[in-house]
Amino acid sequence: MVDIILCVKHVPETAEADLKIDMSGKTVETHGLVFDINEWDDYALEEAVRMKEKTGGTVTAITVGSEEADSTLRKCLARGADKAIRITDKRFEGSDSYVVAKILHRAVRDLRFGLILTGAQANDDGYAMVGPILAELLGIPHVTMAKKVELRDGFIRVNRELEGGLEEIIEAELPAVLAVQTGINEPRYVSIMGIRKAMQKEIKVFGLADIGLSENEVGEAGSWIKIEKMFVPPAEKQAETIKGIPEEAAAKIAEILKARGLI
Amino acid sequence: MREIFVLAEHRQGQIRDVTFEMLTKGRELAEKTNTELAAVLLGHSNIKDFARILSEYVKKVLVVDDAKLENFNSETYQIVLEKLISERDPLLTLIGYTSFGVDLAPSLGAALNMPVATDCIDLEFQNGMLIVTRQMYGGKVNVKATVRKSERYIVTVRQATFQAQKLEIPSTGEIIESASPLTEETTYRRFIEYVQPPLGGVDITSADVLVGIGRGIRDAQNIPMIEELAKELGGVLACSRPVVDKGWLPSDRQVGTSGKTVRPKVYIALGISGAFQHVLGMKNSDLIVAINKDPKAPIFSFADYCVIDDLFRIVPQLKNKVHELKMKKT
Repeated sequence: MVDIILCVKHVPETAEADLKIDMSGKTVETHGLVFDINEWDDYALEEAVRMKEKTGGTVTAITVGSEEADSTLRKCLARGADKAIRITDKRFEGSDSYVVAKILHRAVRDLRFGLILTGAQANDDGYAMVGPILAELLGIPHVTMAKKVELRDGFIRVNRELEGGLEEIIEAELPAVLAVQTGINEPRYVSIMGIRKAMQKEIKVFGLADIGLSENEVGEAGSWIKIEKMFVPPAEKQAETIKGIPEEAAAKIAEILKARGLI
Repeated sequence: MREIFVLAEHRQGQIRDVTFEMLTKGRELAEKTNTELAAVLLGHSNIKDFARILSEYVKKVLVVDDAKLENFNSETYQIVLEKLISERDPLLTLIGYTSFGVDLAPSLGAALNMPVATDCIDLEFQNGMLIVTRQMYGGKVNVKATVRKSERYIVTVRQATFQAQKLEIPSTGEIIESASPLTEETTYRRFIEYVQPPLGGVDITSADVLVGIGRGIRDAQNIPMIEELAKELGGVLACSRPVVDKGWLPSDRQVGTSGKTVRPKVYIALGISGAFQHVLGMKNSDLIVAINKDPKAPIFSFADYCVIDDLFRIVPQLKNKVHELKMKKT
């Protein structure tokens, strides 16, 4: 049996969204974007719930964010998490993932846990840092890019994703932090029952004072990275846009392929 | 003179390309900041050969030779690097934004209380400030960011971002050995073994025509219609990561850093947004045609031809047109 802490992030879904840079020129226009649990964290959530179902123990979902992030915590509860914690404060604004790791460290250090699960990265800023920094601050081992995990007696055996389809097997003693890669499992759908039950569960909310960090340890002042300017990436090649109704566009592509001797 | 460190990454007897790319960028940074570039090589087997290869790119190689450093392990690597960085006080340490670097750099930075900027595609010092360029939202936007002022920094560098170049004048190769701080005590984290990808399956690297599908395919049920197009073109079906993650295609079809690198005569990208992990695996294809309904999809920055439209509207038409042309030919 192992008690699990699951760190999740509430992020905009942008893979297929029309992303616009906002007036400040430092961030994206969030109006009109749909927010949900970070894709990597979704896999971490599934992994946490599967471990709980197999071996017992509890899952506590935790996030740093404003009230809107409650919907991501509710999703965790609906899928099988037992408790939910949200840490929020106006002074967190401008925080990078180093600050998020510091906040999470303060929030979890007095809790009982054998394993902390999180996503390997977030699909918005993509720093891929929270898990390993949290582990360092707690003084426990971490394993990132996990593609397969086995809970053994006092340790975990993890397949880590390397490049080119290669993996490595790592064993780490518990307690440990595990940062999960996408594709590790197949996240389940939420049942209506689960959603109903989740709506009744309490989400504990803490602020800066509760976690005992000072004002200059959070927000921009406590961060490693400060974004100065956001811009559209320059194109590597100048692509020719093929216009017209689908039939015309398709005909044009076919001609291009033919001209190259590919048809 | 202060130094700039570049951590040499090696695996299974090979130095990985990102090392040479970082050494080339590091040389430029060292010139501008009046520092000295040094490759940091931790390992055991082949270590002399590795040092010799590194000397083609850098004049100074710092070596820590220990059997316990044979395979990468973020715990042992971190112990050794903490010691080297504390002793030699480099201005900057460059590490690859690779599976190894992701596991190592953030905790190393936290341990030494030095800021870390990850997955950078460019970096420079301006008026004593470190400024980095990164991507966000899967490559849809770039940001320029300042790193908190510090005596020392760690930056992880995206693979294939900088072009590797050997030294113009071969170096005599100064090799400085340091003693390993690792003791016999058991560590909390053990490397067990490598697991090779399963053999067999489809070899997408040998196909002349690849039809790649991404998240935009929406459902496994839509794959057969793409397969028909691939067949009509005498090509093979490939995909980006989300398609494998969802279990819609086996991993031998995956193009990108965690899959295969391909260079077909034509790569037709359907509903692929173009995250760098995918792009690095296909951007050297002879011809790239991208079809995506999002006009801002990063894939368009790497394509020769783009169609901004729903792939489901184009694919059936394209299949027909290809068929027609083939009929005409015979």
